[in-house]
This record gives sequence, structure tokens and C-alpha cells, in this order.
Amino acid sequence: MTLESLFITAALPEIILFGLMSGVLLLDIFSRGGRPGLVHGLSVFGLLAIGAWQLVMTSDAQTVYAMNGLIVADSMSAFLKGSSAIALAITLVYSRQYVIDRQIPVGEFHILALFALLGQFVMVSANNLLTFYLGIELLALSLYALVALRRDHTISTEAAMKYFVLGALASGFLLYGMSMIYGATGSLDLPLIADRLASGQADRLVMVFGTVFLVAGLAFKLGVVPFHMWVPDVYQGAPTAMTLLIAGAPKFAAFAIVIRLLVSGLFGVAADWQQMLIILAVLSLAVGNLVAVMQTNVKRLLAYSTIAHMGFMLLGVASGIVGVETLGAVEAYAAALFYVVTYVITTLGIFGVLLMASSRGFECETLDDLKGLSRHHPWLAGIFLILVFSLAGIPPTVGFYAKLFILEAVLQAGHVWLAVFAVMASLIGAFYYLRMVKVVYFDPAKGDYPISGTLTVRSLLAANGLLVLILGLLPGPLMAVCLYTIRMSLAS
Amino acid sequence: MMQSTFPILSLAIWIPIVSGLLLLAAGKSLSTNLVKAAALLAAGLGFLVTLPLMVGFDRSFSGMQFVERAAWVPHYGIQYFLGVDGISMWFVPLTALITVFVVIAAWQAIEDRLFQYMAAFLMLSGLMVGVFCALDGLLFYIFFEATLIPMYLIIGIWGGQNRVYAAFKFFLYTLMGSLLTLVAFLYLAIKSGSFEILAWHQLPLDLDVQVLIFLAFLVAFAVKVPMWPVHTWLPDAHVEAPTGGSVVLAAIMLKLGAYGFLRFSLPITPDAAQQLDWLMISLSLVAVVYIGLVALVQTDMKKLVAYSSIAHMGFVTLGFFIFNELGIQGGIVQMISHGFVSGAMFLCIGVMYDRMHSRQIADYGGVVNRMPKFAALFLLFAMANAGLPATSGFVGEFMVILGAVAYNFWIGLLAATTLILGAAYSLWMYKRVVFGEVANDHVADLKDVNGREFGMLLTLAVLVLLMGVWPAPFIDVMQVSVSDLLAHISVSKIPMPLPGLERLTP
Repeated sequence: MTLESLFITAALPEIILFGLMSGVLLLDIFSRGGRPGLVHGLSVFGLLAIGAWQLVMTSDAQTVYAMNGLIVADSMSAFLKGSSAIALAITLVYSRQYVIDRQIPVGEFHILALFALLGQFVMVSANNLLTFYLGIELLALSLYALVALRRDHTISTEAAMKYFVLGALASGFLLYGMSMIYGATGSLDLPLIADRLASGQADRLVMVFGTVFLVAGLAFKLGVVPFHMWVPDVYQGAPTAMTLLIAGAPKFAAFAIVIRLLVSGLFGVAADWQQMLIILAVLSLAVGNLVAVMQTNVKRLLAYSTIAHMGFMLLGVASGIVGVETLGAVEAYAAALFYVVTYVITTLGIFGVLLMASSRGFECETLDDLKGLSRHHPWLAGIFLILVFSLAGIPPTVGFYAKLFILEAVLQAGHVWLAVFAVMASLIGAFYYLRMVKVVYFDPAKGDYPISGTLTVRSLLAANGLLVLILGLLPGPLMAVCLYTIRMSLAS
Repeated sequence: MMQSTFPILSLAIWIPIVSGLLLLAAGKSLSTNLVKAAALLAAGLGFLVTLPLMVGFDRSFSGMQFVERAAWVPHYGIQYFLGVDGISMWFVPLTALITVFVVIAAWQAIEDRLFQYMAAFLMLSGLMVGVFCALDGLLFYIFFEATLIPMYLIIGIWGGQNRVYAAFKFFLYTLMGSLLTLVAFLYLAIKSGSFEILAWHQLPLDLDVQVLIFLAFLVAFAVKVPMWPVHTWLPDAHVEAPTGGSVVLAAIMLKLGAYGFLRFSLPITPDAAQQLDWLMISLSLVAVVYIGLVALVQTDMKKLVAYSSIAHMGFVTLGFFIFNELGIQGGIVQMISHGFVSGAMFLCIGVMYDRMHSRQIADYGGVVNRMPKFAALFLLFAMANAGLPATSGFVGEFMVILGAVAYNFWIGLLAATTLILGAAYSLWMYKRVVFGEVANDHVADLKDVNGREFGMLLTLAVLVLLMGVWPAPFIDVMQVSVSDLLAHISVSKIPMPLPGLERLTP
């Protein structure tokens, strides 16, 4: 085996990211944690460079299989890697002050976050069940550590424990499912699995069993009902910066594995997993939206809202294939991808506002903590307003288009009543989003409201809010990119 | 379709929105007077750009005029597609004009966060103009929904005691209806391959599909109109909203729903509309008679006018669903007239509320002794609200009643009770508030309207009288469009079996 046959270039993003990480690690060690600014700057600029490079690579239509088919590099992987790198960079900028204020070790925070990103990169590029597992575990282990990073904080530790135990259970599910699929098809390579399924060599019963476990494991990682129990606790218990790390960038990787595993690999049993996804989606929409109505803690509320959003996204994934028709597949998966992108952009902004509102010694936790934001900081409140309405899916924000494209895919697939159910769930969802706006705008202010945000954070937040609005007015280009990457990755 | 060389409609939409955004951005550093001046300038400019619309409108042409068209999201066939016909034309200048009044009415009444208040109304105005001009279904939906955000904030921030409840109710009721409409829109878009409303008009649909789509539309537009029994958000919203909010709600926002019936329900699902006309007529009559009675017993002036709005809008929907020219034209005239009259009524109540900080009828009495000029104008509007001949209120009601009698005598008779009920609740309220001895010290301290308020009310009074004695310019504009619509409705859209097959079977 020569070096060329490994197609090492396909793994270049991972290698460069690893290099960046090592640099950050060395910098932190040799400065004995004394140069947080430098560690932060190096990470952010490195991530931005990788992100920009990968986003440019998105237009490259070539699909390269490398490491003997263990990984794949195509347009979709470039787009998702670029997006998650930039999302992580934004996360780090938003979190910086929060982390320093709470005496969380800055170096460790950055390095673990970069490790998590590496895991996501591996997940995005994986073309083999074991590579998937490797990526998922790398991401998950880094996140467990991140949640527990605030050692002296009992609630954080408890959240980390819950996250770890349930996450390990999910990993078990995944492994079990993978082993069954291996048993049925005799391969761990996704293309081979797809081939054997198509040619009818695989035992169907074992396949479906394996798929059930696989989907359950994925549902755990995505946090959809009934595998959602960890989401609210972890979102609430983790320090807000870590919550953003969990809620933001990893959603890209989660989308990638759903597409690669289910669509590319298990296409042959699509009828089975589509039904499972529809059930998961319906339950998530119902439970997520209903339970969120009763929450008073913002982070917990956002956790339930995330559950509902993931359910909505799954509706898109479940609407790609009708019988044996795949005509609407590209549109449906592109709609789901569009949904994920807008969800991450909006979530980044919302948590950005929460992180900024949590100044030194004050944790912005409950809805009441947001009272009077509009009185003292109309600018920040305005951004919050746009972001919340985007989550609710009210035009002219981009959240509306995200829901629209999914609904269109659902209707194309012929599920009229599913679409009606989804919009009714959104109606319930609108209630708690309106409540968030109400707290910020209608409730009387209580005392003063100190906020310490650097110019960088302020301008980034403003850009984030504007982006939601601008994409809401001009969704065409982003949708075109989503369509392109999905088409390219399905064609190969 | 008449292409426009100059984007008048775009200007009418975007001038208020952009100036609202600029006001939001710069407002904190501007002085109060500057904010007022800027808002007035923007609202005035927004009205001025609609003048060419009224002058240049071709009254003999039934299709869309001043059309602007550009691709927007090409992959999904979504366009930026604007235009007006005889049905929608008058609502563009009406919206812009009412916004001017709203800005003037806020002059002294609003002290808290004035620039945000003005900006919200300016943006709302642009969005509502957009609803009337949009010819792309999705564009319509976006404008229709986006109006919720500023109105929600207006009620919630500057509203009265129970404002949070009212704001939530307003938002969620409307959203419930419009979400179902969205599903119907998507269904139509998938069937026809585009979001063009005019293409949907031509789309053949089976009757059961039509009925479902009609019902989805009905939920959205009935909530907005509002029709009985989904009207309960309106009294709450009206009572809690600040004066400007009530004016915009009554004068324009309710029309969005009625307009939806004309633009969507009737032409897209004509067969379902004819199948379900009994439902629409019954609901409308309930609104006219029952809500008219409810209005009679109100003790809160704003609530009374709110209920009277529901009754008047019942007239509008009644006119639409008796399928004759008089009915539909009368309905549209009633919509325009109600825009002036209800707007003026809420402005009058606002004038009194600014002085007394009470909306209870019982707190007033003998206002005429202290505010004679105001009392005269208020009387005119109360009369117009009751549908007195020579005021604008009469024209529309009379046309609808004539149409209803032609359709069915008993329906016409029931509808005509509005003339009695309207006179009863409007004039009885007027009597209790304005006439009699000076009721208490607060009333004794009242000062008559100042120049700003007088000018504002006088302009509206002139418009109400003008429309009452000479409605021809309004009716001329809509004549051909309405007959076109009726001709379109009378042709069934249910797909026929292939003509070749018919010939084969003897």
C-alpha cells in the first residue's frame, strides 16, 4: 500500500485541524495557561481559515474515497465541515468572556472544543461504520469532559454524569445495531452494505433489527423523543458556553450521519427507517413543543425547543423517498440541510445573547432574568427578537423558509396530514417563543442590567441577527448551495 | 396585465419599512420632536407615492395594473410579484393615509419609547400595503404574517392593563389560521407548479379538495375579519391596544381578511364557495344581528366600537357570498368606508382617553358642554357608524342590502336590522357620553380639541361625507374587476371528463 493510494489529501481538513489543535495545546502548556488571549485568537483564526477553505471547496464536485474507503470527501462533507468550523469559531468568540469570568480553564476549554470538532469532521467524512463510531465517540467524550469542566459546580457535574451514562447507552445501541448490520451483510463499508442490500443478499429481518438499533442510537445523539431525556438536563445543567457547544455545531455532524448512514448506506430498507423517523418526528414535535410551554428556565426551554426542531428536521429526511421514487429526494434532504443551517445560525445568536446577558457573578438562567433587556439594551433585545421569531418560524426571518421547505417536501411526499400536524405543533411552539419576547419587551425592568460585551462580540451578534433577517429575505442562494451539495453527494 | 415602468407599489411598500428601520437605528439619539417630524415625513411620503396610483389607474381594465415582477427563489418558483386591480387598489392609499393619522394621533399620547412606536407603525403600514399588492402567494403570506410582529409589540408594549393577554390572543389566533393557509398554499403550489395567485385562479380542482382548501382559507381569513365565532380576540386587542393600534386594527387589518376572501377563497375555490355559501351567510348574519346586540350592552367605548366593527365586517362577508355585483361591490365599499369611520371613531375615543384616561361610558356625560367642536365631529362619525344616508357608511350597507334582497328577501330583511341596531348602539353611546349635564369634575376640566386633532378629524369627516354623497369614483374603479371576478366564479373549476370521451357516449 503506497501513500498515494491512501489519498491522504482527502483527510487534509482533519490533519490540519489536528495540527491546529496541537499548536493550541503546546501554546497553552508552555505559557502555563497565562496567555488565554493568544490561545483564543489562534483557535478562532485557525478555525475561520479552515472553515473558509472548506466552504470554498464546497463548489468542488469531485468525490474522493480515501483510506481504502474508510472516509469520503465530497461537496457535502466540505460544506458541513466548513460550516461547523465557523460555527465553532463563533461559539468560542461568544463564550470567551463567560469562560474567563467563571474561572473555567481557558486552554482546556479550547482544546476540548477543537477535539469535539475533530470528532465531527470524522463523522462528516465517515464512509464506514467503524469510522462513524470513532467520530461519534471522539465528539461525545470531548463533550462529556466539557460539561464537567466546571468542577466545583454540582449541577454541571450532575449534568455531565447524566450525559455520560445515557450517551454510553446510546453508543451501545449504535454498536449493537452496527454488529447486526455487519452480520446481515458481512461488511462495515457503507457502499458495500448498500450493494448487498440492493442485490438481496442480506437477511431482511436482521437488517431491520439492526436498523432499529441504529436509528435508536442516532435518535439518542440527536435528542429526539423518546430518546430525549438527557437533553433538558444537560442543556440546563451545563455552563451556558458548553450548552452552546452541544447545541450548535454538532448538529451539522448529526445531519451528516443521518444522511450517510440511512440514505447512502441503508437505502434498501428506506421504507422501514422512514416510518421510524416519522414516528420520532411526530413525538418530538408534540412532546418538545408541549413541554416547552411549561418551562421557566431559558436553557431548559431551549432544550425542548431543540427537540421540536430536530423533529421538524427529521420530517424532511423522512420525506425523501416515496415508494421507489426518489424524485423529491434531493429537495427533501436539501430542505433538511437548510433547516439545520438556519437552526444553528439562530441558536448561536440566541445563546450569544444569553452568554452576553450573563455577566460576572450573574447567571442568565430563568426567563425572569431577561426582564428589562429591551429597556436597557434595546439593541440586544432587537437581535433577540429577530432570533426568537426565527425559531418560531415567522416571516420575514429565515426560520420561516426552513419550515416552508420542509413542509413542501412533506407535501410532495403526499403526507398532507403530517404537514397539518407539523404546523399545529408550530402553533403551540409559537406560544413559548412569544413568551420569551414578552419577558424581554413587555415586562417591567427590575433595576439596572449590567452587560459587558466587547466590541467583537457585539458586532458579531449584530451580524448574526442581521444574517437571520437577510437570509429570510433572500433564501435563494443558501438553498441553492444546499441543493447542490446534496445532489453531488447523492450522485456519487 | 399592465407592466409598470416605475415601481410605485414597491415604493409604497418599502418607503415606510425602510424609514421605520432607519428610525429604529437612529431613534435613540434623536430628540422627540425630530422623531415626530421624521415619522410624519415618512408617513406623508408613503401616502404621496400612492397618488399616482389613484390618478393613473385605468378604470376600464379588469386585470392587474402597475405590475412589477422579478424572480425571487427560482428553484421553488417564488417571485416578487406585485400589482393591483380594482379590488385592491383603494386599500393602498387608504393604508398609507391611516398611517399618517396614526402618527399624528401619537403626537402627545405616547411618551415611552416614541421612536420605536413610530417605527413599528411605519413598518406595519408598509407590510399591510404589501399584503394588498402581492400577487405571489408566498409573498402575500410573508407580508400577512409579518404584520403580526409589529402589532404584537404595539399591543404588548404600549397597551393597557391586560395587554399581554390581548397581545398573545391576537398573535396566536391569527397564526392558527394562517398556518393552515400555508399548507393550502403549498398544496396549490405543488399542483400548479408556481406560487402565482393568478395561476391558482385557473387551476382545476376536485370538489372535495376545493372544500378542504376553502376551509383552510376560511380559518385564516375568518379569524382576521373576524367572523363569529372566532371574533373574541378583537374586543380584547382593541381595548388593550393604544389608540394608533386600534385605528390600524379596525381600519386596515380587518380588511386583510376580507380581502383574502376576494383574492383567494372566491376565485380559487368557486365551487366550494357556492357549496358552502349557506355557512358563510349564516355566520355573517350572526355577526350582524347577534354581535350588534352584544355591542348594545357594552360599557367600554372601545369594546363597543370593536363589536360594531365585527357587525360591520359581517356585512362585508355577507356581500361577498351572495354572488351578485351589488353585494361584492357593496362589500368592498363598506370595507373602505369602515376604514374611515372606525378609524375616526377610535381616534375620537383616543382624543377623550388622552384627557380622561378612561374608556368607560359611565365616566363620561355632558362632554358637549366642554368640547363642542369635538362633539360635532364625533356626532358625524357616530352617524356614519350607524349608516346614516349621505355618510359613507350608508352606501356600502345599502348596496349589500339591495344585493341580499335580490338573493333572498329574508336574508335581506335580517341584514337590514343592522340599520336599527347600528343606530341604537352608536347613538345611545353618543348620547350617554356627549349629551346631558356635565357628569363629574373630570368632564368639567375637559378642553376642546386642539388644531392638530381638529385637522385630523376634519379631514376624515370630509372623506366620510364625500364618499357618502359621491361614491362613484370608488365604485368606478372596482366595477370591471368585480364583474370579471363574478364571471370567473360562475364557471366551475371541477375538472371535466375528457371531451373526446363525452362524444363517444351517446
